[in-house]
Amino acid sequence: MAFMEFIPNLGRRTLRTVPNLGTASRFLLLSLFAVANRHFSIQQLLKQVYGFGVRSLLLMMVAAFFTGMVLGFQGYYALVRFGATSALGTLVALSLLRELGPVLTALLFAGRAGSALTAEISSMKATEQLSAMEMMAVNPLAWVVAPRLWAGIFVVPILCVIFDLVGIFGGYLISVPVLGVDGGTFWAQMQSNVAFSGDILTGLFKALCFGLVVTWIAAWQGYAAQPTAEGVGNATTISVVTASLAVLGLDFILTAFLFT
Amino acid sequence: MEKRAIDWWVGIFVLLGIAALVVLALRVGNLSGFAYNEGYVLHADFSNVGSLKPRSPVKLGGVTIGEVTHIGMDPKTFMAKVTMRIEPKVKLPTDTGASIYTEGLLGEQYVSIQPGGMPQDLQPGGTITMTQSAVNIDQLIGQMVFSKASGK
Amino acid sequence: MAADALVELENVHFARGPHTVLDGVGLRITQGAIVSIMGASGGGKTTLLNLMAGTLAPQAGRIRVAGQDLQTLNFGDLYRLRRRMGMLFQHSALFTDFSVFENVAFPLRRHFRLDESVLRKLVLMKLEAVGLRGAAGLMPAELSGGMGRRVALARAMVMDPMLIFYDEPFTGLDPISVGIIATLIRRLNDALGATSILVSHDVQETFSIADYGYILAGGKIIAEGTPDTLRASDSELARQFLGGKPDGPVPFHYPAKDDYATALTGVWAAGEAI
Ligand SMILES: Nc1ncnc2c1ncn2[C@@H]1O[C@H](COP(=O)(O)OP(=O)(O)OP(=O)(O)O)[C@@H](O)[C@H]1O
Ligand SMILES: [Mg+2]
Repeated sequence: MAFMEFIPNLGRRTLRTVPNLGTASRFLLLSLFAVANRHFSIQQLLKQVYGFGVRSLLLMMVAAFFTGMVLGFQGYYALVRFGATSALGTLVALSLLRELGPVLTALLFAGRAGSALTAEISSMKATEQLSAMEMMAVNPLAWVVAPRLWAGIFVVPILCVIFDLVGIFGGYLISVPVLGVDGGTFWAQMQSNVAFSGDILTGLFKALCFGLVVTWIAAWQGYAAQPTAEGVGNATTISVVTASLAVLGLDFILTAFLFT
Repeated sequence: MEKRAIDWWVGIFVLLGIAALVVLALRVGNLSGFAYNEGYVLHADFSNVGSLKPRSPVKLGGVTIGEVTHIGMDPKTFMAKVTMRIEPKVKLPTDTGASIYTEGLLGEQYVSIQPGGMPQDLQPGGTITMTQSAVNIDQLIGQMVFSKASGK
Repeated sequence: MAADALVELENVHFARGPHTVLDGVGLRITQGAIVSIMGASGGGKTTLLNLMAGTLAPQAGRIRVAGQDLQTLNFGDLYRLRRRMGMLFQHSALFTDFSVFENVAFPLRRHFRLDESVLRKLVLMKLEAVGLRGAAGLMPAELSGGMGRRVALARAMVMDPMLIFYDEPFTGLDPISVGIIATLIRRLNDALGATSILVSHDVQETFSIADYGYILAGGKIIAEGTPDTLRASDSELARQFLGGKPDGPVPFHYPAKDDYATALTGVWAAGEAI
């Protein structure tokens, strides 16, 4: 029975998604343009940059360091069979700059900041704080949503560039001092194969898109949540799952377009 | 959290981001390779360039002194024409040779420069005439297998 | 009722999905009055306040506040109008990440550029009025329910609004506070020349300060008048409500599909809507 219901359910869900996507897009645009509203506050924006960025920094750096070290190891064992360990620097750097940096940063960001954002906005809704704001003639999109959205867009590329650097450093530590790859070759190869705009900037552009999408999904899930304790919990879970899948899907599309 | 403290932390965070980007650009990316833009141009004709491509390094004694900027075909001689940019402070004699080597067995290919001993230097836009083409690994392996089979 | 009407509703209909909440409500609230709206729980009183504040839109009917039709008002004008309204929410709705002081200061900070000293004075005055000046530094999580409502009250009136909605201001308060808050509402209304709309179940306390009252039942206004006329009303509905009698024309139960006995004896499959 469950299986028989699966197909029509899927259809119904898809049909519901289309208007929802429309409302969510409206929400996104209204919030983005709310920077022009007089109730958009730079102080609030900075507070969010602090919350999203500064407080995720350590997590990102630890994750990046380990990712880089693992890349160093795995890359080494893959390349050493062909006597091509000289390409290890290139391998570590390109993997991080083009894929792992943006994607892992965005996934960690969705888990760390995105979920908190959804929980925050949805419980503000459940306790009528958003309605209270409207009653005081303060647009919640300008005061609550816009600073968080812009903070997400701003913070994720910065976290990503730090992730990239720490990751490459981790890869270097494993490759050169531990595995004995020649340090000069490691850097020289990397330098001659990594393009500033083609690899570094496009990677950061990816991160920017991910930042927008993750905070958008998180904020929207919070804003549209059922105003109950259960609704808050559900919204938080859905937010992390949807944001992570969206990052992976979008990564595929962006990769196909950007790196051809 | 104090307002001022947040401002400080955010400032530090942004600076960290900018610093990381600068380090990436200079140390990891080849933005430092900007220098080659000021370098002078040399040409070299090869009968076979293998998998050499634009931006492949040009090395002298293992040190990168420039990069390949363009690879074209001379329609009269049917030779591959490789254009390179060389650091201005490296002056090469007219009897300099150029070869295409591979780094490791499967590594990337690069142009290796063997400086000659003539007193005159190559002028910007000049051509290196003594060239040795890329080694074709397929051919090499084929020859080796063949000679082993017949040599015994 | 010769004075100007500040709020005017004509034949307002509002439904939540299939469930009709308001079914043709009309009322006129005169400038300067304290008007109470009473009715059964779930009867749509909060909904009615939200309609008057423009946070909900009716499916039919017209709502005019200060001479402006809320349905034709654009976003900016609606927000401008709301700056002159205050609302005490049924569940306080304090901002949980701000202290009591900042909660009350919030509307002032958002709408005016005031000197910190002036702002401090204004906020402390309102907090003093609700007896919570000493709690200015506390966070909302550290307040009791009743204290929270009083902070919310201070916040609702800090902008000195022309129209104040009180959604059940007395629930969760001890008898002393009820008396104090009731006189505060009256005093504030007269001092500011404001108009107050009061939703409450507390008939005695409400009638002691209200100038006029409406009783809402079944989505309609079933009785209106000054407290004295309402008390003397011969309407069975009004008497049932004011006297607190359980049976009568005002249903205590939310409408159900079948009667109670069938619901208890009947068998239903798991997951089926009751
Ligand atoms: N957000 C909502 N979604 C769906 N239905 C709602 C919502 N809010 C209220 N309702 C329904 O609208 C009706 C009126 O609700 P309202 O809150 O206006 O009642 P009330 O008169 O204020 O009751 P109380 O005295 O208990 O506060 C209720 O039957 C309720 O089920
Ligand atoms: Mg209510």
